Order: sequence, then C-alpha cells, then structure tokens
Amino acid sequence: MLGGFGLCGIPENGIAALLALGIKNLICISNNAGTDDFGIGLLLHKRQVKKMIASYVGENAEFERQLLSGELEVELIPQGTLAERIRAGGAGIPAFYTPAGAGTELAEDKDWRVYDHKICLLERALTADFALVKAWKGDTAGNLIYKGTARNFNPLMATAGKITIAEVEELVPLGELDPEHIHTPGIYVQRIFRGTAYEKRIEQLTEREAAHAE
Amino acid sequence: MLSKEQIAARIAMEIKDGDYVNLGIGIPTLVANYIPETINVVLQSENGLLGIGPFPLRGEAGPDLINAGKQTITMQPGAALFDSAESFAMIRGGHIGLAVLGAMEVSENGDLANWKIPGKMVKGMGGAMDLAASPARVIVAMQHRDKAGNSKLVRQCSLPLSGRRCVKRIFTELAVLDLLPEGGFLLREIAPGHSLEEVRQATAGRLEVFGEIREIPL
Repeated sequence: MLGGFGLCGIPENGIAALLALGIKNLICISNNAGTDDFGIGLLLHKRQVKKMIASYVGENAEFERQLLSGELEVELIPQGTLAERIRAGGAGIPAFYTPAGAGTELAEDKDWRVYDHKICLLERALTADFALVKAWKGDTAGNLIYKGTARNFNPLMATAGKITIAEVEELVPLGELDPEHIHTPGIYVQRIFRGTAYEKRIEQLTEREAAHAE
Repeated sequence: MLSKEQIAARIAMEIKDGDYVNLGIGIPTLVANYIPETINVVLQSENGLLGIGPFPLRGEAGPDLINAGKQTITMQPGAALFDSAESFAMIRGGHIGLAVLGAMEVSENGDLANWKIPGKMVKGMGGAMDLAASPARVIVAMQHRDKAGNSKLVRQCSLPLSGRRCVKRIFTELAVLDLLPEGGFLLREIAPGHSLEEVRQATAGRLEVFGEIREIPL
C-alpha cells in the first residue's frame, strides 16, 4: 500500500527506495498510479509493478498503455469502497456491504444482498504486507500528524499494513506532539524515518491574480 | 450553444443556501466560480476537505492542499480536513446533498456511464460510483453529442455503467432535461437560439416534451 492522492502526500522516499532496490512483481494498492514521471509512475516505467489496485489512473499515459496492452494487471475500485476496504482491513472487519458499484460490471462476480431497498455488494477488507505512508510530523513512538489534503489514504493504510513504514518531514522527540492532535497513533507504525529531498510536486498549479481577489 | 462556462453557470443556479456539494472533475469543477456570494455553500473535495476556497493567489499555492482534480486550492473559513474513509462516509451516509458529475453517456432511465471506454480509454471511476450510489441528488454536466455528432443521451448506455437510475437532471450545451421516474428525458429548458427540433435531433433516447419549456437563463 502506498498513501497519497495524486502526487499529494505520497511516500516519495519509500518509492525511491523501491526503485533503488529494484524489487519486481509488486502488487501496489494506491488511489492513483502517479504521473508519467513521478510517484508510482516511476515504478511502472521500470516494470516493477505486476498488479495495480486503484480508483483513478487518468493522469498516467504509461499506465494506460501497459493496461490496454495487457502487460499490467489492474483492479479498479470505487474510491470510497477502496478507502473503506482498507479501513476495514486495519480495523479487523473482514467484509461489509455497500451500494457503490451495484448494477455495474464490478458487481458481476460479487455476493450481494438487498438492504433498505438498495442492492448492496459484499466487499472484502484489504491489508498489505507493507504500507508506505507519508506524514508531515511524527515522533519516535510513531505518532503521526498529516498536513492539509496530504492526509487522504495515509491514516487508513497505516492501520492496514503488516509492517507500516512512515516517512515524515519532521521527526520530533517524544512529548513534542500534542496528543490531542495525533491523527495516527503510533501503535500502527512499525518503522519511522525522516524523509529527505522532498519534491512535493504539484500536478495542476492553479492560481488567481491578486487583482481579482475579493 | 452554451460554452462550458455557461453550462457551469446554469448549474450554479441549482445550488441553494446551506447545501453541501461535491463537484466532479471537468465542467463540474467550474461550477464553483458561479456560486453567488450571497449564499452559504460548502463544497466537498473527496480527497479530504469540506470548505473549498478559491484558487490561491499567485505565489501562495502549496503542494499539500489540492482538490479532487489535483488543482491547488485554498480553504474557506470554517473548513475541515479528514481522511478518505471519512470523506466517503459523508457521501455514502447521505450528508452530501448534491453531486455534480460529468458523463460520457446517460440513458433515458438515468443510468450513468463515465469511467471507461473498453479497449480505448480507462481512467477509472474515482469517486463517481460511490456518489452515483449515494443518497445525494446526482446531476450531470455533459456534451449533448460527441465530436462525430452522435447523441450521448441514449436509450441504453453502450459504455460500462457507473451507476443505475441515478441521474436526476442533465445540463448540456443545448438543453436542461430531467429524468422521469418512469423513464425518458423531460425537456425543461433550451439554449438561446436553438429549436425543439435541434434538441430532438440531438437526443437518441426518448424525449418527452410537455408543460412549459423556457430558454436557459444566461
């Protein structure tokens, strides 16, 4: 599992380490597949990914090419279902029913039941051997705080990894983080390190001129 | 024929004071620019934010604050941040009242297709299937016809579905149409300078015409 939404909140150092190690046949669970030249896109270019489990992959032409040519196995999952399957995985709930995807091709090989007059699909929990997550601040107990919308899938994945490796921009001693503000309690985190050389690329820079400000 | 901006401006008229709204990618994202400042509307970004503000001032954009379209944004006063599971709990749980989505095809019974063209294009459904299946009122911004002139308002979708019987209203460059509970596109408004005949020509599914039909206010 790799945290992040688009390129926001992705474990850049973890991905760089996977590239350096050259580990192949990875099954990656992540909301997106990075862009052509960053994030998980880098792993795709080096053919390190066997299967991708994601909800939206529109920003990556190489991904689409490998998918359409059959080189890459892909499972697309509705974003909310993906998030909840990961949450369930971390919370010890083996499966749950949800209406998302009912009546679509995703329902074809799934168990279903009718609840509250709605067809609901049975969805299994998701866990992973490793979860690579990225936080803003962390302490040596593994407690994590995320920033802005870089939170996204990171706290969920942190709970669902057999081994969760957290990388943080700032690693602080015990006691420096306010317990009231912890997003991910350290119990979920097995390894933590301060990441370096963060690029934190922006996919779509959208700005307005001061003259138009209200 | 309405421009994308004009379609977005018309959709903004659907939004009421106090609404919690999810805007999809494309034309739906533009709707935010046309919501009058006189009403209080909270926009949800499914990647984990309630209270999307305007684009940041030049030089003030940051990589840790984006919308679902991966554009840099700001937060409104009173905004809240959360994770992706909580975001879809809001959607699935019926706390988001209105969803504005894009579409490749809509059928006359309200089926929505917007995530895949087999063999050609696979972008994925993102949050569209969750929204389509949620209690939110789903309205759609789309082109009435494709580039070859074929209607995208069809009897039955030929593309893989995102959800069944979920679309309630459609906004195109030509018209505003409601989905009737018994099936069929009920014509409500026509773009200035266009005729009923043109809308008929552009609509492959069953078009129902009764009651008052007004010009789309611009």
